[in-house]
Amino acid sequence: MGILEVKNVGKRFGGLQALSDVNLSIKENSVHAIIGPNGAGKSTLLNCLVGKLIPDTGSVMFGGQSVLGRAPYEINQMGISRVFQTPEIFGDLTVLENMMIPCLAKRDGSFELNAFSAVMSQRDILEKAEHMLEEMNMADKRHMHAAAMSRGDKRRLEIGMCLSQEPRLLLLDEPTAGMARADTNNTIDLLKQISEERDITIAIIEHDMHVVFSLANRITVLAQGTPLVEDDPQNIRGNPKVREAYLGETA
Amino acid sequence: MFGLDKRDTTLLLIVTVLTMFAPFILNPFPTDSGLAQFNAGYPDLMQRFVIFGIFAIGFNILFGLTGYLSFGHAAFLGVGSYSAVWMFKLLSMNVIPAILLSVIIAGLFALVIGYVSLRRSGIYFSILTLAFAQMSFSLAYSVLTPVTNGETGLQLALDDPRILGASATADGSIPVTSLFGLEMRSTYSMAVGPWDFQFNVGYYLCALVLIAAFYVAIRIFRSPFGMMLRAVKSNQQRMNYTGLNSKPYTLAAFVISGMYAGLAGGLMASMDPLAGAERMQWTASGEVVLMTILGGAGTLIGPVLGAGFIKYFENIFSKINDNVLHGWFSFLPDGIEDFLVFVIHPFIGKGWHLTLGILFMLVVIYLPGGLVEGGQRVVGWLSRRKSAQSRQSETNPAE
Repeated sequence: MGILEVKNVGKRFGGLQALSDVNLSIKENSVHAIIGPNGAGKSTLLNCLVGKLIPDTGSVMFGGQSVLGRAPYEINQMGISRVFQTPEIFGDLTVLENMMIPCLAKRDGSFELNAFSAVMSQRDILEKAEHMLEEMNMADKRHMHAAAMSRGDKRRLEIGMCLSQEPRLLLLDEPTAGMARADTNNTIDLLKQISEERDITIAIIEHDMHVVFSLANRITVLAQGTPLVEDDPQNIRGNPKVREAYLGETA
Repeated sequence: MFGLDKRDTTLLLIVTVLTMFAPFILNPFPTDSGLAQFNAGYPDLMQRFVIFGIFAIGFNILFGLTGYLSFGHAAFLGVGSYSAVWMFKLLSMNVIPAILLSVIIAGLFALVIGYVSLRRSGIYFSILTLAFAQMSFSLAYSVLTPVTNGETGLQLALDDPRILGASATADGSIPVTSLFGLEMRSTYSMAVGPWDFQFNVGYYLCALVLIAAFYVAIRIFRSPFGMMLRAVKSNQQRMNYTGLNSKPYTLAAFVISGMYAGLAGGLMASMDPLAGAERMQWTASGEVVLMTILGGAGTLIGPVLGAGFIKYFENIFSKINDNVLHGWFSFLPDGIEDFLVFVIHPFIGKGWHLTLGILFMLVVIYLPGGLVEGGQRVVGWLSRRKSAQSRQSETNPAE
């Protein structure tokens, strides 16, 4: 029984069957990659997991609880954090404030009318945020406007924000899309370090095979809205079906 | 001090000094000089400065922090005014219960309107609030005449019950609003040489309320709640995927700013106990938007400056007429004098809206941060010049 169990999920947009009969089980503390050609339904599947979309059929269970019909913020409070394809951070706020918000969300829940005490007097939150910034190697940028940072730094910040919530499952949607090689390698190292040091499960959607094979210990190949094969990385590499559907096309 | 850091304490002190010494600051010209018409230090106008300041501070909590642009905030001001006048009619002429009721009723009203309007964001939210405000205006103007007295406006009468006070004074007139016997209209005039300074009880009550309102606004800006509101403006998507429900945050901000508007409406009725439907019209809602943007949305002191600026324009600039202009330019040859008056004529008197519009455009285009940004730029320029000078003077002797 995995931490995330997807059973018979289907999703239709008008005439397009985006997902049909998707079964997926993500084991606790694994790094599970979901790959597939463009239009295979990777993003649709991800959106079904975080509450942005509600599948037409099937069930999605996280830690034994159904996530279907819950709002994104509720699913996040259950322990699923999401990293977006283009970094979604609070651009108008400073880096430190960016890091404090998930810490507050973790401590106070989805809403707290705390309108009369100063932010900077919340010692526990401040310490936690500073600590996380140090871990992400960006303590020197704490007073910078988040929007002014490089894309690589924004990605680091976003991952740090997700981690500060201590999620059980971290979902990454093409975390290295549009990045330079050096930034990509940094991100790979960061994710490797996270999965080794923390009690966390990582699910990653990725195009870049270099990233997938450096990180994943389990891979699901999605094609035309349905899982083609699920196996260990070394077996995926040699699988003729996968080569035909995906790797062959890009080679 | 008071749980604020040094910068915020300074800001609060500046506002305190400005409001407390306003009768002097706004009266720089001697009474009989030609410039006396630019004096704004009379009670009626000073009251309006601070009341609209409160209105704009509250509006800024919603618009400046969350970015939700409400075009219907005058509705809450109007509701506050009606509530206060009803309190004067039914209970007593003391302003405290009247102001409390206006804040509460406006808050409830904002809760209902906000709950519906906040289902949408961006332009749709603005349109929904505008629609609600216009609906409230029409209701007050015609349908709800028994409550609002329609187009005449709600006024006090000699046969009002006023259970905790007198229906009429001994000499048979309507009693005046007061704070435990201290009449709002009573004014002490202090003549210093050619100057005449006026200290009005009503003004000082409004000023104290403004300082309190400003203090509360600072606390909100610096609180975790305020940070969440800025997060709403910055990236709602990230907020929802960070386990935060943005809806109650925006609704709370909407209700708080509605209560500020109610407070302003209650004060307005306390200074002059009548309430009319025109207070709720969309032009009144637009005015507070102008004030906030002109002063600097999202800054603490901006809305107060914007409110003062616009009210000063409305009341002082509009009083300049052709005769005054002729007086100013009388030293010029007749032809040029007439020509100048002809050119300036559309911008003054009733045309003050034109001048305000041009100023507003200039501010939005060149100073998106409003008057506050303008001030910051001037200070920045001065300090750069100063440091350049001091560097020069440091290097000069060495050479």
